[in-house]
Amino acid sequence: MNVTTKYDRPNSYIGSSVPRPNAARLLQGRGRYVDDKILPRMLHAAFLRSPHAHARITRIDTEAARALPGVVAVYDGAEIARHVTPWQGVLTHLAGMRSPDQPALAIDVARWQGEPVVMVVAQSRAIAEDALALIEVEYDPLPAVTDMEAALTEDAPRIHPEIDSNLCWQRDIDAGDVEAAFDDPANTVVERRFTFGRHTGVTLEPRVCIGDYDPSEDRLTMHYSGQAPHMMQSVLSRHLGVPEARVRVIAEDVGGSFGIKIHTYGDEIATMAAAKLLKRPVKFAADRLESFMTDIHARDHRVTARAAIDAEGRLQAVEIDDITGIGPYSVYPRSSGIEGNQVINLIGAPYELPAYRARLRVAFQNKVPMCQYRAVGHPIAMAVMEGIMDDLAAASGRDPVELRRINLRADDSYPSASPQGMKFADLSHQACLDKLLDMMDYERLKADQDRLRAQGVYRGIGFVNMVEVTNPSPMFYGVGGAPIAAQDGATARLDASGAVHVANSITEQGQGSESILAQITADVMGVDLADVHVTTGDTATVPYGGGTWASRGAGIGGEAMLRAATALKDQVLEVAAAILQGRPEALDIRAGNIVDRDSGQIRMGLADLGRTVYYRGNELPDGVAPELIATRHFKVSDYPFVFTNGIMASHVEVDAETGIVTLLDHWVVEDVGTILNEKLVDEQIRGGVVQGIGGALYEECVYSEDGQLQNATMADYLVPMAGEMPDIRIAHVSTPTRTSELGAKGAGEAGTAGAPGAVMNAVNDALRPLGARLSQMPMTPERVLKSLRQGG
Amino acid sequence: MSATLPITLTVNGESVSADVAPRVPLVDFLRETLGLTGTHLGCAHGVCGACTVRVDGAAVRGCLMLAVQADGATVETVEGVSDSGEIADLQDAFHRHNALQCGFCTAGMLMTAAELLDAGGPPPERAEIREHISGNYCRCTGYQSIVDAVEEVAQARAADKGGQA
Ligand code: FES
Ligand code: FES
Repeated sequence: MNVTTKYDRPNSYIGSSVPRPNAARLLQGRGRYVDDKILPRMLHAAFLRSPHAHARITRIDTEAARALPGVVAVYDGAEIARHVTPWQGVLTHLAGMRSPDQPALAIDVARWQGEPVVMVVAQSRAIAEDALALIEVEYDPLPAVTDMEAALTEDAPRIHPEIDSNLCWQRDIDAGDVEAAFDDPANTVVERRFTFGRHTGVTLEPRVCIGDYDPSEDRLTMHYSGQAPHMMQSVLSRHLGVPEARVRVIAEDVGGSFGIKIHTYGDEIATMAAAKLLKRPVKFAADRLESFMTDIHARDHRVTARAAIDAEGRLQAVEIDDITGIGPYSVYPRSSGIEGNQVINLIGAPYELPAYRARLRVAFQNKVPMCQYRAVGHPIAMAVMEGIMDDLAAASGRDPVELRRINLRADDSYPSASPQGMKFADLSHQACLDKLLDMMDYERLKADQDRLRAQGVYRGIGFVNMVEVTNPSPMFYGVGGAPIAAQDGATARLDASGAVHVANSITEQGQGSESILAQITADVMGVDLADVHVTTGDTATVPYGGGTWASRGAGIGGEAMLRAATALKDQVLEVAAAILQGRPEALDIRAGNIVDRDSGQIRMGLADLGRTVYYRGNELPDGVAPELIATRHFKVSDYPFVFTNGIMASHVEVDAETGIVTLLDHWVVEDVGTILNEKLVDEQIRGGVVQGIGGALYEECVYSEDGQLQNATMADYLVPMAGEMPDIRIAHVSTPTRTSELGAKGAGEAGTAGAPGAVMNAVNDALRPLGARLSQMPMTPERVLKSLRQGG
Repeated sequence: MSATLPITLTVNGESVSADVAPRVPLVDFLRETLGLTGTHLGCAHGVCGACTVRVDGAAVRGCLMLAVQADGATVETVEGVSDSGEIADLQDAFHRHNALQCGFCTAGMLMTAAELLDAGGPPPERAEIREHISGNYCRCTGYQSIVDAVEEVAQARAADKGGQA
C-alpha cells in the first residue's frame, strides 16, 4: 500500500514504517509498569467493597482489622472525606446535566456492587486482604434500579434523594422537516430497535497506582497507569488540597488503557490520600475482580431508529431515540454524557441528510459507572445508521452498496455540515468505498455467497461507512469547565553531543506515540532516528498538555512536535551560520551534519556545534547567545474536531445449527490524513477492529435484576482470542487535514468505531434468507438461535 | 502470616534460595522477591497467560504454581531468555511486525510462542499458531501481527535447518 504525501523524499522518517524504538525494552521484559515499582517503606492498600447494588450502610466495625499485625491504617468513607473533597462529573456545556457529589469511598449509602466502602493499608497486600475479612459492615439493602428505562419511570426508586428523578441528562435535536419525510407516501420508511450491551475495557494490566508524599515540601507524587497526567495533577490538587505545582504525576509504561484509565476512581484518590496521611508510599493494584467491578463500563444503549428514503433512494430523514444507563454517578471529570452525545451527533454523518430528530436520555442506575471507552459513542452511531441503511436497501430492493453510494457525501463537497451541526472537511468517503470494493472483490464474494446458500452454507457481507472524531479542540471538554487541556506542548533541545532530546505532553500506551514524535523530530532536524530521545508522561518534565485520548496524539502532539523541532532547527542553523560566517538560509541539516543547502557539502557536525556552544562559548562571534531549545504548543482552531472517515466490510459465516458466527474476512479502508507510520496506523486499526468485534460477538457485563454482576472473571467474560480472529486487510486514502501543517488526523479508534456495525450487518446478511434478523449486541450463539426461532 | 518454607531453585541459570510463605504464587516470588518484573500478572486465575514462564522446559502459568512447588526446579523468565539470546530472532520479528503495543502480554506471548517454535516438526500454519496462542490474551494488537511474527520465525528456522541438513 503506497500513499504519497508531501513528506515522501529520501531519508524521510515521516511516513516510514520504522519499528518503535521503545518497544525493544518491552520485548526484553524491561518495562517499567507501575506495579513493577517498589518504593522504600511502601505500604499496600486493599478495599472492602459493597456486595449490594444499593444499600444503606448501617454499621462499620473495623476494630479487629486494625488489631491485625501489619495493618497500618483503616479508613471508612467518612474518614477519607475529611481529607478528600467530593467531585461532580458534570460539564457545563452539556446543558442541564446533573450528578450529585461523589465521595471517594461510599458514605452512608453504597450505590453499586463494587463501590469501595472501607480501605485497609498494610505492610503487604496479603495482610491488607486478611484484614478485609475481619471487617464487619452491616447493610440495609435498598431497591436496586438496574434497568435504564425502568429507572426513568415516575415511581422508580431514586438513587439520589437530592435530585427529583434518575435522569442525569437529556438532549433533543430537531433539524429539518422530519414529519414530512415520514408522512410522504412516496418514501420508503423503516424502523428498528437496537440493544447494545455493557462491556468494559479489560486492560491486561489492571488499574494500579502508587502515592508518594513528602511532607517536608508538601509534595505528592502519583505513579499513574493512565493517559492524562496533567488532568490527574489538577484533579489531585483540587480534591486533596495540595498545590497543583506540588503534585507530580508520572506515567511510564501503561499496560493498555483504551480510555479506561483516564477517569477519576475513588480507590485511587483514597490511595493518594492515605499516602499523604501516612507520609509513606502506598500502592493500590486492582485485582481482576476489582477491574470488572470498578473499571468504567461502556456502551449500554437502547436505540430506536426510523429513517426514510425517497423513490430515488435518497435519505430524507432519520429519527433516533437513545437511552443509555450510566451507573449511579456521571464520571468525573469527563462526564458520562459524552458517549450518548456522540451517538446522536454522529448518526448519519457519512451521508447527505436533510432532516434529523433525536432524543437522548442518560439515566442513573445501580451498576458500575459508565464512561468513555475507546471510540466513545461511535460504535453505536455507526451500527445503528448502517443497520438502518441495510434495512432501507432491502425494503427498496437495492444492493446495500448502491444505496450507500447514492447517499455518501461527495469527496468534492467539503467543507460541509450535518443537520446536527457537525463540520466536515477533507473527507473521502467515495474514494474509500471504491478502494474497498476493489480490495474485497465484492462481486465475486456475492456470487460465492449465492452459490453456497444453495448448499445450506450461510455467509454474509456487512458494510459500515464511518466518520471518527479526532484531534478535539477545547470545545470538547475545556469549554465545559473540565481541567482537561485540548492543546499539547512539545520541547526539543540539542545536547552537547549533537543528540536531540524531546519532551511532549502526549503519552504512550503502546500505540507508538513516542515513535512518531521521534520520527517527526528526526525528519525535521535531519538526524538519525536513534539520535532522538523522547520523554513523555511526567508532569515535572514535559510541557503542559492534554495527553492521549480521543485520537489526538499524532494530530495535536505531533503538530506541536513538528513546530518545536522546526524552531530548534532554525536556532541551530542560526548558530551554525554565525560560526561558519554564512547565512542560515544557505544551510541545512542532513544526516546529523550542517551542510550547504545547495551543494550538500558538509560544513560541521551537530556534535561540533553542540560542543562549541556548550563548552567553548568563547569561540562564538560576539553577540551570539545561542538558545538550543524550543517549545511550541498546538491546538485545533476553526473546527471543533478533525473528522476522519473510512469504510469497513466484514464477511462471516453463521452456523444455523449452533448459532456460532465465524469471522472469515475483514477489510478496512481508512483516511487518517498524513500517515506518519503506516505500520503503527494499521496496527491501531487492527487492534481496534478486534476490540469492536469483542463488543459485537462476545463481551457483555451480565447483571442480575438486583444489580449483581454475574460474570466478573476473565473465564466468564469473553474477549476475542487469537483462534477466533480473522486476518484484517487494510488500505488507505490520505487526505491531510487543513487544520495543521503536518496534516495528520487520529487513528486510534476507527477500528472499534466501525467493526461492530460491519459484523452485525454481515450476520444479518447471512441470516436474511432464513428470515431472521438480530438487533442486539453481543450476538451470542444463543441470541442468533433465538432470532432464527423468532424470525427476526 | 503463616510460617515460611525454605526453597532452592535455579532461576535464569542462577541458584536461588529463599524462605517463602506457602501461599505465594511463583509469579509473585519472581516479581517481588527476585525483582524479575518482566513477567506480568493479568488475572491471577490461570486465564490470561501474561504470567507464563518456563519451568523445567515447559511453559507454565506462574500464577497457578506456588513458589514452593518450584523447589528444585529450573525456571526461566523473559529476562533469562533475552539475556541468553535464545529468542533473539523471535524478539526481532515481534519488533519489526509491531507484534506488541502496550507490551503487557508480551513476555507471556514470547514464552508461549517459543514453546511452539521449539516443538519441532514442519513450521506451523497460521491457524496452528493462532490455536497455540489462544490461551494468551492480547488486548491491543488483535493478534495478527503476533501470528505474522511467529510464522516468519518458524519459516526462517525451518529454512536454516533445511540449509544445514
Ligand atoms: S496471571 Fe496467570 S494466567 Fe493470568
Ligand atoms: S500488547 Fe497490550 S495486551 Fe498485548
